[in-house]
Amino acid sequence: MTKFRATAATAALLCFIAFGASPASADGEVNVYTYRETKLIQPLFDAFTKDTGIKVNVVSASSGLEQRMKAEGANSPADVLLTVDLGRLDDAVQAGVTQPIKSVVIDEIVPAQYRDPDGQWAGISMRARVIYASKDRVKQDKITYEELADPKWKGKICIRSGQHIYNNGLFAAYVAKYGEAKAEEWLKGVKANLAQKPSGGDREAARDVAAGKCDIGIGNTYYWALMMNNDPEKKPWAEATKVILPTFEGGGTHVNLSGVLLAKHAPNKANGIKLIEWLAGAKAQQIYADANYEYPIRAGVAVNPTIAGYGKLVADPMPIAKIVANRKAASTLVDKVGFDN
Amino acid sequence: MTPVTHSGRIAAAIAVATAILVAAPVISIVTLALQPAPDVWQHLIDYVLPATILDTSLLLGGVGVLSLAMGTGTAWLISLHEFRGRGILLWLVPLPLAIPTYLAAYVYVDLFEPLGLVHRTLALWLPMQDAVRMLPNLRSLPGAIFVIALVLYPYVYFSARPMFQLQSAEFAEAARTLGAGRWTIFWRVSLPMARPALAVGVALVSLETLNDIGASEYLGVRTLTVSVFTTWLNRGSLAGAAQLSCLMLAIVAGLIAIERYGRRNITAEFSAESPRLTQRTELAGVKGACAFAACLLPVALGFLVPLLFLAHQSFKRGLLANFDAALWRDAFNSVAFASLASLAALLLGFATILAWRWRPDALRAVALNVAQTGYTLPGLVLAIGLLGPVLAIDNALNAIAGWLGRSLPGLIVVGSGAAVVIAYVIRFLAVPTGFIKAGFERIPRDYDDSARAVGAGQTTTMRLIHLPLLRPAMLGAVIVVFVDCLKELPATLLLRPLNVETLATSIYQYASRGSFEDGALAALLIVAASIGPVAWLTRFSDVPAGPA
Repeated sequence: MTKFRATAATAALLCFIAFGASPASADGEVNVYTYRETKLIQPLFDAFTKDTGIKVNVVSASSGLEQRMKAEGANSPADVLLTVDLGRLDDAVQAGVTQPIKSVVIDEIVPAQYRDPDGQWAGISMRARVIYASKDRVKQDKITYEELADPKWKGKICIRSGQHIYNNGLFAAYVAKYGEAKAEEWLKGVKANLAQKPSGGDREAARDVAAGKCDIGIGNTYYWALMMNNDPEKKPWAEATKVILPTFEGGGTHVNLSGVLLAKHAPNKANGIKLIEWLAGAKAQQIYADANYEYPIRAGVAVNPTIAGYGKLVADPMPIAKIVANRKAASTLVDKVGFDN
Repeated sequence: MTPVTHSGRIAAAIAVATAILVAAPVISIVTLALQPAPDVWQHLIDYVLPATILDTSLLLGGVGVLSLAMGTGTAWLISLHEFRGRGILLWLVPLPLAIPTYLAAYVYVDLFEPLGLVHRTLALWLPMQDAVRMLPNLRSLPGAIFVIALVLYPYVYFSARPMFQLQSAEFAEAARTLGAGRWTIFWRVSLPMARPALAVGVALVSLETLNDIGASEYLGVRTLTVSVFTTWLNRGSLAGAAQLSCLMLAIVAGLIAIERYGRRNITAEFSAESPRLTQRTELAGVKGACAFAACLLPVALGFLVPLLFLAHQSFKRGLLANFDAALWRDAFNSVAFASLASLAALLLGFATILAWRWRPDALRAVALNVAQTGYTLPGLVLAIGLLGPVLAIDNALNAIAGWLGRSLPGLIVVGSGAAVVIAYVIRFLAVPTGFIKAGFERIPRDYDDSARAVGAGQTTTMRLIHLPLLRPAMLGAVIVVFVDCLKELPATLLLRPLNVETLATSIYQYASRGSFEDGALAALLIVAASIGPVAWLTRFSDVPAGPA
């Protein structure tokens, strides 16, 4: 037991050394809560610090950050919240932990379609939900989302769980366009075309196509680029497939947003707005485009060559706010048609 | 019933305080659940629960049976037999615990899916398409059962081992004189006597399976926990999610009650004439080799395969050559959090059990039951529940400071990382309480009475009799909690301070981007950090010939 006591004391001491100082609201700092992985966004923050001298403190999580901000209340150190999909944007607003981003810079750069009408959030970059099609077995170079329910694809589609946030966003867009009844019909059709039970992630969709389990997989734009350029082991999966940017009939491709929100009780509000505006700037947008393979939100910033190779993105004009409003309906329909069964 | 003494009061006070600590997040979830969520339940009943409950039950049943077989088998062979290679198995067998379930799922899918290593190897002899047909479908319910059981069976091993070790020789010898063979003794004597401990082990496996989300979703199994998250995140109903969590809590409580009822006649303490322990039986030659192989198989599948995969990826991706120095800091954070939490959990768990052992009245029994509820909540739900109480303290401190005209200290509990340690303690307290309680059930009250008869007080009895006998159970509990803390992800993510990463959160950073292989080195460091205490503590885990 004495050994335990010594260990405990040492551990306690070390812990205090490590975590003793908690960064709150010193000058020249900004505190970021993020759903985007720290490792991915750190290069951006480093560049921001270099440009402005403002230190960035980060905590990342997969869900629940708005609940944490809510519980922290007026003492919350959070200045800025970053999300990687449209659902979390709405969750934060619903939790009442945001305040309007009053910035003419943002209003000018970010198209109205990708901003909250009340200014509670703004998009900062985009990814599209697209098709990874077999190079050998799929001849067509165009496809519509509606067509995914066509029986000609019976047993040929692979996709991850219908409740995953990326699919939830796509299905919500479908509901926003056509209403629940038609969306249900469509989802049933897609379900009937699946080669296997929804599982895995977006990369597995490409792998399953490459292995001949199915002809088309559904995934986000950047996964394909990551497999192609950053992972020699996965490169064959990307090489066996071609990316087709699907469109809604008479519309465009479904895009999901990485967004940014300003915390209600931001202790470093001015720095928070500075960071938000900087993220929409040309330099940050270029980093987003090249390091993360995302579509920049700012006009005039070049898309990464691999992503550009998919063809020109014509984003669907449906306002993100309308898609957000239909998330719940989409989730309900997925259960109702037994999509994941 | 023993009269209340000073140390008895202290133990009881700790037990009650512990119960309050654990109850806080549970109560806060129940409070959330009290808000109306009108349209959630009709939907769940119509479309979700029937399929989900069936899938969850099959998963729990399958994982339970498989891990029971592997855990009991290895514990029985290692505890009661002597064979070549036993020494190395002693510290290898627990190690699958160091592999997080979601990581095991990624590794196995990557190896066995089309275009993976197994497929490419088969394709050396067969056409690609024929080889595809020979591959198992791991993204399925059986696949999930296989993968999850492989890394969770050590819970059963750890809980069963002290029971087999402390089995009095009398019973086996009595059975042998009645003509029973080794197998009969195992089935009719050893196993029933180890049942309380096995129940604890299987309960831990089941709860861990029930709370898993990463592996289940990836392998395409819809569990109740997946529904909790869908209800919260996609249907925007935190109240509904909380209600579903409460339902899960009720189901778990029900199962535990049934199990207890089932062995109501067995829990009576064994009164042993002599504390002489069973000697390990020598297994020579082929028998010894078979015993070694039987123990090695689960280790090979649950630990060595993922380990080699991760090591291979680390080399191939140049993770070692371009070693990320931040990993040392992450490793330090992980070990610091895990050490503090496992020691705190051990002390609080021991005090809770001791209070109840010394005076098993209603208050202490309730405190004991409450102490074990933290494990029944999924990690993220627990963290959400903990946010309220923990931040209430932080905000109160700030309010007091403001009222006194001092500068505001900021969020102390969350900002210092203490919230993470508290979450770990609450989440894993069921391990030490479960293990120690099962250990106590194997110590006849005759011992306590004899000690009192010769004038020994409660604390002396505890020090000289209970502690030595409980040592294997306590060491096992510390290892399990420590390794569990190293792996814990959802609560760590949500409750950690700014700029603090652990090994688990570091792996997550890569995994959520779809390239968990880039986190291979962090995963190897978790394994390395686990091997230390496992190897060190197993040196003490072989019980001496008999208690003093």
